[in-house]
Parts: sequence; C-alpha cells; structure tokens
Amino acid sequence: MSHSEITTPTSHLQAHFQTMEQQRETSVVGMWTFLATEVMFFGGLFIAYMVYRLAHYAAFAAASKELNVTIGAINTAVLIASSLTMAMSVHEAQEGRRKLVIIFVILTLIFGLTFLGLKGYEWYDHISKHEAPGPSFHIEPDKVRGDARSMELFFGFYFVMTGLHALHMIIGVGLVSWVLYQAWRREISAHYHNPVESVGLYWHFVDIIWIYLFPLLYLVDRHP
Amino acid sequence: MEPKEHYLNVNYGIRSWLLTTDHKRIALLYMMSITLMFFIGGAFATMIRLELMTPAGDLVTSDTYNKLFTMHGIVMVFFFLIPSVPAVIGNFLVPLMIGAKDLAFPKVNLLSWYLYTTGAIITLYNIIIGGVDTGWTFYPPFSSNYSNTYVVGAIVGIFVAGFSSILTGLNFVVTIHSMRAPGMQWRKLPLFLWSNYAAAVIMLLGTPVVAITLLLVAIERAFHIGIFDPNLGGDPVLFQHMFWFYSHPAVYIMILPGMGVISEVVACFSRKRVFGYSFVAAASIAIAVYGFLVWGHHMFVAGISVYSALIFSILSYLVAIPSAIKVFNWTATMYRGAISYKTPMLYAFGFIGLFTMGGLTGLFVAALGVDVHVTDTYFVVAHFHYIMVGGMVMAYIGGLHFWWPKMTGRMYPEAWAKLSALIIFLGFNLTFFPQFLLGYLGMPRRYHAYAPEFQVLNVMSSAGASILAVGYVLPLIYLLWSLRYGKIAGPNPWGATGLEWQTTSPPPTHNFEETPIVTEEPYAYDKFPEVEIVA
Repeated sequence: MSHSEITTPTSHLQAHFQTMEQQRETSVVGMWTFLATEVMFFGGLFIAYMVYRLAHYAAFAAASKELNVTIGAINTAVLIASSLTMAMSVHEAQEGRRKLVIIFVILTLIFGLTFLGLKGYEWYDHISKHEAPGPSFHIEPDKVRGDARSMELFFGFYFVMTGLHALHMIIGVGLVSWVLYQAWRREISAHYHNPVESVGLYWHFVDIIWIYLFPLLYLVDRHP
Repeated sequence: MEPKEHYLNVNYGIRSWLLTTDHKRIALLYMMSITLMFFIGGAFATMIRLELMTPAGDLVTSDTYNKLFTMHGIVMVFFFLIPSVPAVIGNFLVPLMIGAKDLAFPKVNLLSWYLYTTGAIITLYNIIIGGVDTGWTFYPPFSSNYSNTYVVGAIVGIFVAGFSSILTGLNFVVTIHSMRAPGMQWRKLPLFLWSNYAAAVIMLLGTPVVAITLLLVAIERAFHIGIFDPNLGGDPVLFQHMFWFYSHPAVYIMILPGMGVISEVVACFSRKRVFGYSFVAAASIAIAVYGFLVWGHHMFVAGISVYSALIFSILSYLVAIPSAIKVFNWTATMYRGAISYKTPMLYAFGFIGLFTMGGLTGLFVAALGVDVHVTDTYFVVAHFHYIMVGGMVMAYIGGLHFWWPKMTGRMYPEAWAKLSALIIFLGFNLTFFPQFLLGYLGMPRRYHAYAPEFQVLNVMSSAGASILAVGYVLPLIYLLWSLRYGKIAGPNPWGATGLEWQTTSPPPTHNFEETPIVTEEPYAYDKFPEVEIVA
C-alpha cells in the first residue's frame, strides 16, 4: 500500500468548498488579510517609536550606539537566508518534491532558531549591563546624551519591539515545525500545499518586520 | 411545515454546541453571550441613573461611580455593540446571503467565540474583584500610573476580545471575496453584506492599533517605561491619537452593520427596490474610509494644533455625506412603497429618526467652537447614545425580529413585539433627549453629584431609563416564549427576496440542498408585487 493513494487530490477538500482551487485561494486571501492586520499592529508601534525618535533624537542616537550592531547585522543576514529557504520549500512543495521540502523546511527552522538564540544573547547582555528599563536601569554618565530618561525610553521600545517580533518568530517556528510534520506524514503534495504557502507568507512577513526594525533601532545616526 | 432535520436538531448535547463549526450555531452562541453582557452593562447603567436621581452624591461614592460608568462603557462597547450585529446576525447570514455552505474558516469562527468568551470572563473577573475607574477610554497617565484599580486585567480582557473581533472581520472579508455562489456578483450583493464588509475592514485595520496601544499602557503600568506618562518622558496626547485612530472607526463598526439591517428591512416592508442601490453600497465603503481620517475630533481640547483641528473638523463634516445618502435613500425607498407596519419596520423607522438626530448633533460637535462649549458634557453623552442605542441597538433588535423566523423557525408574537418597540422608542427619547439639554446647559459628564437646577431633567432621564429597561426585558421574555409556542414560520414569512429566504426555516446544516445560482438583481420586489406577507 502506498500513502499517495490515500491522499487523492480531493481528500483535503473541506466540505464547505466547491473546488481545491477555491480552497487554496481562500487560504491565501485569508493569510494576506491577516498580515494586513499585523501591519497595522506593528505600524502603531513604529509610529509611537518614530514620534519619540524625533522628539529625543540625541538620546535615542546615543542609546542606539549601545546596541550590538554586529549581531544585529548577522541576524539580518540569517533571516534573509531563512526567507530564501522558506521560498524554496514553497516552490518544491508546488512541484511535489517532498524530500526537498523537508530539507528546506529544516534549514528554515535552523536559521529561525539561530536568530532567536542570538537575540536572546543580546537581551541577556543588555539586561546584565542594567540597560533594561526599570529601577535598576543604569547608564554610564559619560555616555548620556540628551537625558538618561529618554535613553531608558529607547531601551523600553527596544525591548517591546524586538520582544513582539521575537514572539512572532517563536510562533513562526511552531508553524514551520507543523509544516515539517505535515510534509513528513506525506500530507503535502503538488495537489495540496496550502499549509506551506500560508506559513511561508507569514514567515516572510515576520522577516520584513525585522528588515524595518534593524535600521530603526540599530542604525540611528550610525554614519561615520 | 417545519423541516424534519435542520441545524438545531441535527445533533444534541453540550458538546455538539461547544465544538460546533456551524456558523449558525456559533451565531446563537454569540447571541447568548452578548445578551448576558448587554444586561450586565445595563445593570451598571441602572446604578448610574439611580445615583443621578438626586443632585447630591448619596447612593454611591465618587470612586464607585467612576467604576460604574467605566464598566458600563467597557462592557457595552467592547462586549455588546461591536460584536452585536456582525457576530450574531452577520455570522448567521453572511454565508446564507451569498449561497455558501459556511464561512471561509469555520474553526477560526469558533475560535473567535472562545476568544470573546475568554475576554469577557477576564473582564468580568476584574470587575468582580474591584473594577476599573479610568473610563472606557483608558487615558494615561491616570490609567498607567495613578489609578489604583484593575487596569491591566481589564486591558487583557479587551485585548483578547479584540482578537475575536479581528477574526470575525477576517472571516467576513475572505468569505465575501471567495465563497460567493455562481452568479452572485458584487453588484448583486445584498446591502447587509456591503455594510458588514465595510465594518469588517475597519475591524481588521483598526483593532490591531488599539491592541498595541492598550498593550503599551499595560507595559507602562507594569514596568514604568515612560511611553505616555509625561513624568516619565512620554506624551499622553500620543495615546489619544493612537486610541482614537481605532476608537473613532470603531463607532462605524458599531453603526455600519446596523445600517445594513435597515436596508434589508426597509426594502422588504416597502416592497420596493432599494433606491440607488449602488450609492447605498458605496456609502458604506465611504464611511469606512472617512472613518479613519477623523479621529482628531475627539481631541479638539487636548492641545492639538489649530490647523490639524481645522482639517479634522472639515473631514468630520464629510462623513455626513455618505450617512445622509443612506438616510435619504431609505426614505426614497419607502416613497410610494406598499408599506406594512411590522415590528422590524417599526424599528427601522426608529433607527432612521434617531440616527438622523444623532448624526446631526454629531455635526454640532464636529464644529470647533461648539465642541469647546459642549465637550465632556452630557451633550456628547446624548449624541453618541442616539447613534449607539437609538441606532445600533434598534437595528440589532429589529434585525433579530426580522430574521427570528429564519433562525428559529418560529414567529414572535407580533402584538407584544410592537408594544415593546413602542416602549423602547418612548423610553429611549425620554432618557436621552433631556441629556442634550443638560449638556447644552453645561452639566459635565462623569460626576456623581451635580448642581440642583439640573435635577428635573435628570429625573426625567432616569424615569425614561426605567421605561427603556421594561422595553428591553419584554423581547427577552416573548422571544424565549416563541421558541416553544410561536407559530411555525415557514421558509419565507415576509415574502422577502434574498437567498437566505429560499432555504427552509431553520436552514439545514449546510444551508442549501443544492448550491443556488443567482440570476436575479437584489431586492427585485417589483417582480413579485402580489406576494402576501404570511405572518
């Protein structure tokens, strides 16, 4: 007995859809619509950040210099690489090449976890240097530009923005693992690959958020 | 007459309801939850009106009073008005009206009800252990660093319920895009769907912004990061911008679906095509778009620049245009129609009149000078209650009566329903019209004591509220009664057009025996002039 006989093209068709094509289109439109809400969610956060970046520019520029731009840059590269492998796995799923799907999905997972590990190290580093906002916040007096309170505000935004992004990454890793499981169980074929496509869209979106976060947070007044 | 097997009796037991993915059952789950929340919110309003019977603050302390109006606002706005028509009537009708078997994502639909319920339980828990006193608007720095009440808990509840609203909006948008039956082109969509589509777009684009805003308030409160508190380096006006960027469009989430109900009801009981269908449809979209551009009119006295205030004022006036298009077109639809005065039509009359008053007084407060005079007075309270209660609650109850035969297979008792519609209309006006006068005379909102010369009008308002309460309890009783004793309705008791009336009442789980093919324009009532209204 072969698994592929059970997964005939229609077996994944839910009862309320007429055709596979309609079902595929619906799931893609659904994910795009969901991403529109995410744009507004992060958009509100970016607006608030930009307002204070303009209001307390000197302090934000000085606080930004305390971030580890090397790790930030490496993480940017890692995420772009993960987007490539995710795009490859979507392509291979459409072609129905299961093994390549699995390989690219695993690579995506590795990149995603690398990002989270490096991010976690950065957080640990900032917290142990007393740069997390709160009663124990401390910054060397000679590093203060503007005022220390605004620099604390910068770190507040840093933790909130990268924290919410990391939360989305963690959810993304969970979703990609689920795709891996689906591919492993031969549920994904050239006829049915909605999960890979939708999760792929989500993954690219989370990457794009980082592409904006990196210059916004790390590259304030970085030019030599 | 009643079909043998339908969505209500296809299976039984608590599991078959709590794990259902049938949009019709989820609509009923939502109906039960929001009815409960409506009466809880109403109980807070009762306490407020009792306190305001006398000028002295003698029934409750000022702290308790602050909590009462806050929790009235939170429960009514986030847990009743926003889900009311979309999550109950919309959930039931969107697939039926486009000839689909279900919403695009049935499990997501069930998840949205669970999120709503979770949010409601969290909020109610925080109300029971002590409540919130910030006003439903959560203005910092009071909400973030000074209030000694359960602000974070209430915010978490609203945050969770916000996701249920996003998911409902997402389901509607995707369903209307990709689940329409053959022949159901966009220009054949019932107007109820156009207005729910517009509201869904606002839910999708607005709710995430208030989510992040309230999250930032909670973070400021928990970690003392100065995002909005000026003492910590933040800007409280930024909060107001971000909050109203959602909460003004949210007003249109609360009214647009109601307008959709009115379009359906007016056409059916005038037995005419909706006058200017495409203008009414486009007006829904226009209201949704303008709605995102007028938030600043909540901040005319908050120290925003004169020029931005001027622009926000002009844009707010523009919202009157699509709103007036709707009112005029409903009126023109009735003109020379064969009008029958059934209960849903009575509610539609009430809606049109009260919404017009609420809308016109909205123009008063959109004018910069007048707004400075009446801002934070009972004039504003009366204005938005004319829209929210006189508009949306009327539309919701009217819509429930109109589609009750479809939902339950039974007719409601017409005489009782007409009586309670009348009671609600009279009680509503007695409650809220005096508040226009109070506000214009200068009585500020949100105080539990007031100057003695305002007492007569306040007593009138409280008396009206007690009449209104009777009007709201009556439908609860006779609608429940009708479940067992109501007349069997049959598939189309109103002789209405629309796909939802072509299937049996109650509909089968998959809505239609076979997928309908749409050939007719919507509201082709002129083609069936002789149809008798059975009920």
